[in-house]
Amino acid sequence: MADEVKLYGVPGSPYVSRVTTALKLKGINYELVVEDLSNKSADLLKYNPVHKKIPVLVHNGKPISESLVIVEYIDDVWKGVPVLPQDAYEKAQARFWAKFIDDKCMPAIFKTIGSHGQEQVVAEAHEQLQFLENELNVKGKKFFGGDNINLVDIAATFIAYWLGAAEEALGIKVLSKDKFPKITEWGGNYINCQVVKEGLPPRDALVGFFKKRFGNA
Amino acid sequence: MADEVKLYGFPGSPYVSRVTTALNLKGIKYEFVAEDLSNKSADLLKYNPVHKKVPVLVHNGKPISESLVIVEYIDDAWKGVPILPQDTYEKAQARFWAKFIDDKCTPAIFKAITNHGEEQAVAEAQEQLQFLENELNVKGKKFFGGDNINLVDIAATFIAYWLGAAEEALGIKVLSKDKFPKITEWCGNYINCQVVKDDLVPREAIVAFFRKRFGNA
Repeated sequence: MADEVKLYGVPGSPYVSRVTTALKLKGINYELVVEDLSNKSADLLKYNPVHKKIPVLVHNGKPISESLVIVEYIDDVWKGVPVLPQDAYEKAQARFWAKFIDDKCMPAIFKTIGSHGQEQVVAEAHEQLQFLENELNVKGKKFFGGDNINLVDIAATFIAYWLGAAEEALGIKVLSKDKFPKITEWGGNYINCQVVKEGLPPRDALVGFFKKRFGNA
Repeated sequence: MADEVKLYGFPGSPYVSRVTTALNLKGIKYEFVAEDLSNKSADLLKYNPVHKKVPVLVHNGKPISESLVIVEYIDDAWKGVPILPQDTYEKAQARFWAKFIDDKCTPAIFKAITNHGEEQAVAEAQEQLQFLENELNVKGKKFFGGDNINLVDIAATFIAYWLGAAEEALGIKVLSKDKFPKITEWCGNYINCQVVKDDLVPREAIVAFFRKRFGNA
């Protein structure tokens, strides 16, 4: 019996992008069910009653929510290209950094966007980004996962593509190249990966989104 | 070569309790290094430079931080009693609920505590707790893990023991028995597990802590 894999999401979401990247890494065929977030479908509310958010992966009728939980599920279920390291310690480190990105990095970055690049807010975001810069420096590799992307790279998707669009839309700078050369380089490499590139929305659409949502300080 | 396992923490922390429960479940011998959080040791700052928090597990000299990352590491590194379900879907569900407890439930409960049981804050906390109540109802079992505790039970440690102490200290009620009969019953069962009970600090100590920290509204 063939697997039935549906992904509920919107094309512009960095969290959905995390999941599509994982699906493509494994070569999984899936159906994208596009949601209108101002008018959520009955299915979405049924599949994710706790958060009522996307992405939701539905695998043979069984729903999984929360992007990084979905990504780990994909890695557990489907063999092929690994998304998490095999070694137990390296796996823990990957989970640590993915959690750091979600718990500390992303909120700090969102605040810079919401505050239109206010100085103190940007400084706090820099503090968090510095940990990622150091991590890439220490590893001295192309990706957080080494020669290939892993869970951490996937978790940092927003930084690779969405952040630049937000910066352009609002005329702010958070991820400056001189302060964060490694992350800047990583961002370029990451969005050039076929499995990532295929799932990215057009940049002008994102810029348009941020302008509309946060523009006109 | 014997494993060297150290746990940096302080005895009253619910996050440390998550880790000691997991270690006890696997029968792992470890050395507990008590930290003074007002005067953190050089070791702690070396082992957890990003967050500078407890708990930190150091396994053969290699540190892991973030309590639920540590618990998953313990499950990955040591065989024996399983902490996460074997089935990949059930594993994803366990991760989903553990994340829900950390991201939604516990913050809402903290707000109710720091706001001294203010009505709106309590209502929001109860909204989140209702999801856990429903989950226990649906499962109809003793624990979130079924007949035995799993990652979700461990994640909910604060609710099982610390919340009641906070309620007593501040004369507030969040987890009322009539609203949350299943969770109330679960709390009693959970703290009665040997692997949990062995390392719980005396309740009066926690009550005193909450009184000192948040008392005198």
